[in-house]
Amino acid sequence: MTAFNPHGKSLNHGILSVLVQNRPGVLARVSGLFARRGYNIFSLAVAPTEDPMLSRITIVVDVESAPLEQVVKQLFKLVDVVKISELDPRRSVERELLMATVRVPAEDRGQVVELTNIFEGKILAVGVEAITVSLDGSPDKLDDFEELLRGYGIVELQRTGRVALPKLDKEARLKAVKHGKAS
Amino acid sequence: MTQKITGAQALIRALELENVDTIFGLPGGCILPAYDPLLDSPIRHILVRHEQGAGHMAEGYAHVTGRPGVAMVTSGPAATNMVTPLCDAYMDSIPMICITGQVPTTAIGTDAFQECDTVGITRSVTKHNELIMSADDVPLMVRQAFHIATTGRPGPVLLDLPKDVLQNSMTWHWPSDEEVLDSLPGYKPVSKGHPRMIKEAARMILDAKQPILYAGGGILKARAADALRELAELIDTPVVTTLMARGAFPDDHPLCLGMPGMHGNATAITAMQKSDLLITLGARFDDRITGKVATFAPDAKIIHVDIDPAEQGKVRRPDVPIVGDCRLVIEEIIKAIKDLLNGGEKQQDISAWKSRVSGWREQFPLYYPTNEPGEALKPQYCLEQLRDGAPEGTILCSGVGQHQMWSSQYWKFNEPYTWVNSGGLGTMGFSVPAAIGAKVGRPDRTVWAVDGDGCFQMTAQELVTASVERIPIKVAILNNSYLGMVRQWQEMFYEERYSEVYLSPELPDFVKWAESMGCIGIRVESPEEVQPAIEKANSIDDRPVVVDFRVDAGEKVFPMVPAGVSNDEVLVHPSQEQYRAQLG
Repeated sequence: MTAFNPHGKSLNHGILSVLVQNRPGVLARVSGLFARRGYNIFSLAVAPTEDPMLSRITIVVDVESAPLEQVVKQLFKLVDVVKISELDPRRSVERELLMATVRVPAEDRGQVVELTNIFEGKILAVGVEAITVSLDGSPDKLDDFEELLRGYGIVELQRTGRVALPKLDKEARLKAVKHGKAS
Repeated sequence: MTQKITGAQALIRALELENVDTIFGLPGGCILPAYDPLLDSPIRHILVRHEQGAGHMAEGYAHVTGRPGVAMVTSGPAATNMVTPLCDAYMDSIPMICITGQVPTTAIGTDAFQECDTVGITRSVTKHNELIMSADDVPLMVRQAFHIATTGRPGPVLLDLPKDVLQNSMTWHWPSDEEVLDSLPGYKPVSKGHPRMIKEAARMILDAKQPILYAGGGILKARAADALRELAELIDTPVVTTLMARGAFPDDHPLCLGMPGMHGNATAITAMQKSDLLITLGARFDDRITGKVATFAPDAKIIHVDIDPAEQGKVRRPDVPIVGDCRLVIEEIIKAIKDLLNGGEKQQDISAWKSRVSGWREQFPLYYPTNEPGEALKPQYCLEQLRDGAPEGTILCSGVGQHQMWSSQYWKFNEPYTWVNSGGLGTMGFSVPAAIGAKVGRPDRTVWAVDGDGCFQMTAQELVTASVERIPIKVAILNNSYLGMVRQWQEMFYEERYSEVYLSPELPDFVKWAESMGCIGIRVESPEEVQPAIEKANSIDDRPVVVDFRVDAGEKVFPMVPAGVSNDEVLVHPSQEQYRAQLG
């Protein structure tokens, strides 16, 4: 992995939303292709879609390691890959989930709770000397939250990697509204 | 009424329905069930001595017939022995089906005897692979495999069959074309080029002052040799044929410049370098062609026709990318050019360019010093004699190294599908098994395998297969007792410090070895013996022949563009060095 923070704001990344056939070995094919061609993956999230035959893999790619165009073309050669959408970070909505356990004495716990509330996160578990919190939101927001938590001493931290969908353009949003009215 | 058969019976029946006439293979534990119904099948099985041989035979067969070659072996070590041929076929886009046995589904993951993760190991060296988990899936998987291997950019497909899947009974159903296509929603190769791009290409071709047709292996895969010739003659433009495209355009055609690249001829290399338009057809700007990419054909615009979209812009950004089947696209380009010409447009006068190219050809022919009496035999001389003595339509196979480059340089390929070699992967030992596969595919043709003594020792045991199966190939070993190409690099780039390249001048005795494998063995040590030996070899048609040519170890392949160096700095034969400036 490169030295810079993979979640950082300066990240030169591309987001690929890859629709694949929901079959054994598909993830290995995709990740194997990245390894073999020397492309870097920053994060990767897989889950079934509304169609049980298909899964969606959201891959955040380091576009320094290879031009996104070449990554997409190589990916599309995989027989199990049905569709690839390049999500422009400026024109997509991104979400990620963060969970963290912070070591904090009972007297300071209030500060972490307050911080979590400010970020609209959740308290998942409270112990004598530690607290586990979660936050979902845009990766940037998670970065800020993580940075602030760090001051208290993070014991364990897990982020899911981002998932993304294209932003609806204005026209599509209007259409959605119209449909809503019509029905 | 539905009919119950075993997965193994379904496999063999499916192969028959895919018109397979030959399987190259070797049985073992997990694939055993498939070998039983094979006894009752009209499919010919050729029993190899090593699984790698089966793979290269399947490749050789596919090279010369255009139909997918089929190899069948067992699990574990047999599957790992197939990795090299699969990778070779993948690099050279050879349609091939590989069937491997696997431990029973219940044993998968337990480190059972002869278990290995075949689909995992072969994932990056196949176009596609599948582990079949149910006997019912066998026919569809076989149909998918043939469809994927032979359409789009061809390549190897592997099917891994657990023993119980072969043994279980299933209800036979042969899927329709629609079912096959519906089962592959992510596989839609493009074959027709974009009409606007084709028009743009036509215009660019007419406007070019120094065009070159850069023909690659895709021409052969697309059966586009006739279309290429029509295009070349229509625009009267010289053609270079890459190592993978030798024979795609006749060497005796006045427009043919032959092979470019690291050991291409100086004219082909320089013509590409100086051109203002490279009409790239089914070629991929391989590093062996471009030399240093940053200085490759610096003034050339690029038209790039390739069926694989990932080749567009991978190495060199094209000005006009056209994704499609080479034959269809070339035919469309011809039409578009004719439309422009009929509409009153004119092609640029390229006669000055053509005469410049002709000048290079005259000044820089392929050259080697001829044998003086008593001197060591020149390998190039052996190849010239082989070429001149070869019956019409002879197929030439080669291994990898100096002998491969000399073969490509000195042979005259006037017909497509008469040249079989390992281009992308550079697999030593390819020649003998590939020649066997080629002879099985084209029994009507004479098949010569040109091999080095290093290569020959990697796969020679398949000559036993050839003798037993009565596949009368001919092998010419250019025996210089060295790993010749490596020796050449050590001489030129490592100050003649020869490290681990000297094999042995006496061992093995290739003639005795050949005889022990049921072949006729002939040794040739002097120039006078060359022609009679070749005549004798060509006259034998009931068993394989091996001719051991003892050649000059000091001979090097020229021209040469050293690795990573610009094509502008091609090293011509030292005797031509004085004219170098004329390549400017």
